[in-house]
Amino acid sequence: MSDGPTTGDVQGAEGAPATGVSGRPTDIPYREREQSVTLERMPADGEPVYGTEIEPETELFTINMGPHHPATHGVLRLLLTLEGEIVRSVTPIIGYVHTGIEKSCEDQAYWKVIPFVERMDYLSYYFNAQAFCMAVERLLDEEVPPRAQYLRVIHLELNRIASHLFWLGTSALDLGAISILWHALRDREKILDIFEMSSGQRLHPRYFQVGGVVEDIPPGFDQKVRGFLADMPSRIDQYEAILDRNEILLQRLKHVGQVPLEELLSLGVTGPLLRAAGHPWDLRKAMPYSSYDHFEFKIPIGTQGDHYDRYRVRMAEMRESLKIVEQALDGLPEGPYITDNRKVALPPRHELATSMEALIHHFKLVTEGFRVPPGETYVAVESPRGELGCFVVADGSAKPARVHMRDPSFVNLQALRHMAEGGLIADLIAGVAMLDPILGGIDR
Amino acid sequence: MPDATGLELIAAGVRERLGDEAVAGTIYHRGQATLEVAPDAVHDALAYLRDDAEEPFEFLMSVHGCDYFPEEPRLGVHYQLLSMQRLDRLGVRTRVGAEDPQVPSVVDMFSGADFQEREVFDMFGVVFDGHPDHRRILMPEDYEGYPQRRDFPMGGEPVLFTFNENEMPRWYE
Repeated sequence: MSDGPTTGDVQGAEGAPATGVSGRPTDIPYREREQSVTLERMPADGEPVYGTEIEPETELFTINMGPHHPATHGVLRLLLTLEGEIVRSVTPIIGYVHTGIEKSCEDQAYWKVIPFVERMDYLSYYFNAQAFCMAVERLLDEEVPPRAQYLRVIHLELNRIASHLFWLGTSALDLGAISILWHALRDREKILDIFEMSSGQRLHPRYFQVGGVVEDIPPGFDQKVRGFLADMPSRIDQYEAILDRNEILLQRLKHVGQVPLEELLSLGVTGPLLRAAGHPWDLRKAMPYSSYDHFEFKIPIGTQGDHYDRYRVRMAEMRESLKIVEQALDGLPEGPYITDNRKVALPPRHELATSMEALIHHFKLVTEGFRVPPGETYVAVESPRGELGCFVVADGSAKPARVHMRDPSFVNLQALRHMAEGGLIADLIAGVAMLDPILGGIDR
Repeated sequence: MPDATGLELIAAGVRERLGDEAVAGTIYHRGQATLEVAPDAVHDALAYLRDDAEEPFEFLMSVHGCDYFPEEPRLGVHYQLLSMQRLDRLGVRTRVGAEDPQVPSVVDMFSGADFQEREVFDMFGVVFDGHPDHRRILMPEDYEGYPQRRDFPMGGEPVLFTFNENEMPRWYE
């Protein structure tokens, strides 16, 4: 293609730059148009300036990153003010996947709320269910049998590994390593197979019930998990062998995105982000729930609080979770897997044929659900992203009056500004990756 | 968790500092302690509990709202305080009416309350005085109504498709 006749004519006739009067970008010769000329760069006297004649450092411009940007891990929109390559301000704009789950929960019986809350933070569904079930159990003053507690721990920790594996794959993808995604998803698939074995579902399994778990583990579950446990440490070694000596990855992670510990604490940031800054705060140790105090494990912490520490902390957490699963399998107590309070848990199937009482309980639970005495409670568990709190208000009916999730991603997202401002755009990408936000949990 | 006696001691401390009307009551339910304070005393009470109390609660983990319809005053704002030193939690709640609900913002003390207070405003319409960026957060900026209130209908939002767009007045605005 030659220079368009119009452009040539104008320049020939006037002998002046094409954009003199109207200032439209299309007036610029097409070859020069590609140098991303903006109208702001046109001085008042009509002389167009393009290319790099104006130093990029002297002007600010605002762009949208997202909501449909592959590196924002969902539908997160970031309003960036840039000075050249330097990020001067970050404003997260959220709500694009707000589906009103909390409102929908108010219209469901308590046991029907569990599938709803599982869909909030869609990578750590067992944690959401655990937080909600614990809140309702506290309101009911219901004891969970030890076997159910151990089964819950097994699934929670496997879920933590699955969530961290997904984080590892997508974060490495953001930082320019694509193959690690396939490796990480391969191992996550194995965990999903285990979930499928115990509950029939790979995602959103609805395995935890108020008072216990929905079913005992099937035969062969133990061997399957042990096979995974035997496999996984060497897999983590392999991932670290790929990533830990990768110069590109190290350059993008080390000494990047440091936030002072006081700042993190004031922001209410929890989870691996806080531990990477050197604060050993983990609810599993600090306020043990669901027999976490029976297991021996360590809390990995970082020293510098940069992206590299966040990466190392999560890798180490996977190893610790493997230890917990192994101990829980070894010490799995015999006994019931759900409370025998018939007002809360469904009676066993075989009783329905022989006991009128069981039939009535079954009917009442399925049609109406159980009633919870009035009261309100806030229960927190340690999810892969930090403190996941569940606030439940009961008004005495069979439906909760209010269910709220204090989602760690929602609170941690406020730290992004402190991580990214003053850094490069590439560091912002790394920041979002290391923050590990799940937009389903943020928007709910 | 502070036990029922500990909660009364905390309430006595707040009363001593801020006056008798600052504390509206104490709730001890299922091993969880909640201090109910007057709406205008929220900021001062949290500042006292964070800095000057005998057993301080340094961190604010969660702020959330609640609609107690049909009870009055209808709306509640809950603050979940945490002490990492003593491994202790304390709930602080305040109740405001649905007409012109106003609560002082605590963002200047706990910067993490920023998004959470915006969410409470978005969902319940509670106005936080002194919040630096007081806008809706999850719902669209031009949205009318407060969807988490109990009198807001479930499924009150028509879903816009091409086949039913004519039935929705001014959908294109």
